[in-house]
Amino acid sequence: MHSSRGASHAEAPPSTGTTIVACTYKGGVVLGADGRVSIGNYIMNRASNKIAPLAEYIFLCRSGSAPDTQVISDNVKHYLDQISAESGEEPSVEMAANLVKLINYNNKDHLVGAMLIAGWDRHGGGQVYGAPIGGTLVKEKWAIDGSGSTYIWGYCDNEYRDDMTREEAEKWVAEAIALAMTRDSSSGGSIRLITLDGTGAHHKYIRGDEVQQFVGDLPFPAAPPASLPLQGGAAGSMVVG
Amino acid sequence: MSGIGTGYDLSSTTYSPDGKIFQTEYAQKAVDNSSTVVGLRCKDGVVLACEKLVLSKLLVEGSNRRIHNIDRHVGVAVAGLAPDGRMVANRAWDEAASYKRVYGEPIPGHVLCERVGSYVHMFNLYWSLRPYGAALLLAAYDKNGPALYAVDPSGTSLRYFGTAVGKARQAAKNEIEKLKLNELSAREAVIEAVKILYKVRDEDGKKFELDVSWVCDESGKVHQRVPDELLAEAERQAKAALEDSDMDD
Repeated sequence: MHSSRGASHAEAPPSTGTTIVACTYKGGVVLGADGRVSIGNYIMNRASNKIAPLAEYIFLCRSGSAPDTQVISDNVKHYLDQISAESGEEPSVEMAANLVKLINYNNKDHLVGAMLIAGWDRHGGGQVYGAPIGGTLVKEKWAIDGSGSTYIWGYCDNEYRDDMTREEAEKWVAEAIALAMTRDSSSGGSIRLITLDGTGAHHKYIRGDEVQQFVGDLPFPAAPPASLPLQGGAAGSMVVG
Repeated sequence: MSGIGTGYDLSSTTYSPDGKIFQTEYAQKAVDNSSTVVGLRCKDGVVLACEKLVLSKLLVEGSNRRIHNIDRHVGVAVAGLAPDGRMVANRAWDEAASYKRVYGEPIPGHVLCERVGSYVHMFNLYWSLRPYGAALLLAAYDKNGPALYAVDPSGTSLRYFGTAVGKARQAAKNEIEKLKLNELSAREAVIEAVKILYKVRDEDGKKFELDVSWVCDESGKVHQRVPDELLAEAERQAKAALEDSDMDD
């Protein structure tokens, strides 16, 4: 699946095709992602983990080119490790976000990575930053990205509230991803959630069969009415191709 | 001519038998002979105050700055060889600017002071370089609050509640110890710093000026020169205090 933003790359590697969501709530942040990695019609991994740890309380949601975002994640984790060792303090979410932005911007000719950085730090509490392709960095109350995000802007705009509780925020994130998975063929499989509130990183895994469904199968047809013939005859029956 | 470190003081890569590096000690002398600089870390900020001897009537008032801005939230006051101090201050500026560019937030005071300390220390390691003959008092106000640091020519960097370098440092430090710094506002600390400079300086009749800066809540956590009216008031109080003590004598 090539996201529309990457279409200008003639030889872009297949992207993960993803739905990623992050939002702040009263006390922290919730991050979520689907689990599907597809190359064309082949689902290479139906339960992948698209949320990468950058520091104890800072995580990165990855969408776009899988290898590009993995390399960015590894580099930023390394730089954050180094600066924590030098300063003796936990890195801030803003520092992680800025590093992602610098790599995206300084290598914009080569990289196709649309990421969300979300985390919790002592001074700023829960924060969410969007780092789309090209090297923009925007601090936001909530952010979504990936191919599936196009289908849920309306839901997110309409349903987001300031100062939600942890339960409300987790429900909002999970529902947004489930809706995107319904309509985006490149998103699906399972949902992973991570909640960060200063007491720890709380992981939640929603198996594929547990994901909220919005468009169920049509009910199995009951026995047809007696007036219709069971088998197709010559003149009076419809031929359904 | 024979002197204290004869034979062991020609190079910064030579130890003396009693474990000293004389070149570093001599660099420290350049700082010790300079005019006094005082730093105070109070309740809500940091104050830096320098005594500047005016060497010539031809100098424009306010020239020969001893205090430099390193970033919005950090400033340094220099004692010792002025050009050396300027080099180190420029390095501090570089470090602060590149930290901001890479990490997106202002450099924490303790990170900057260690980087400056490492830089100054490097000049004590190599035969081809001489140690910097300057000490820096660093005033920073970051997300952890206000802090005062001092970096000396050996590269040692330490955090202080209050300290002084230069000619009258011992007398100044004695005065600083009398203050209850945790209870002083920055405004009050400015007045105390100026009073100390007036009290401990050599009364040789030579003309002098003051460079006084602060970074505190009142300045919006920005490092800047103190307002003219505050400096004028501080000098007025300092002169009055001197006259009082003169009358007591």
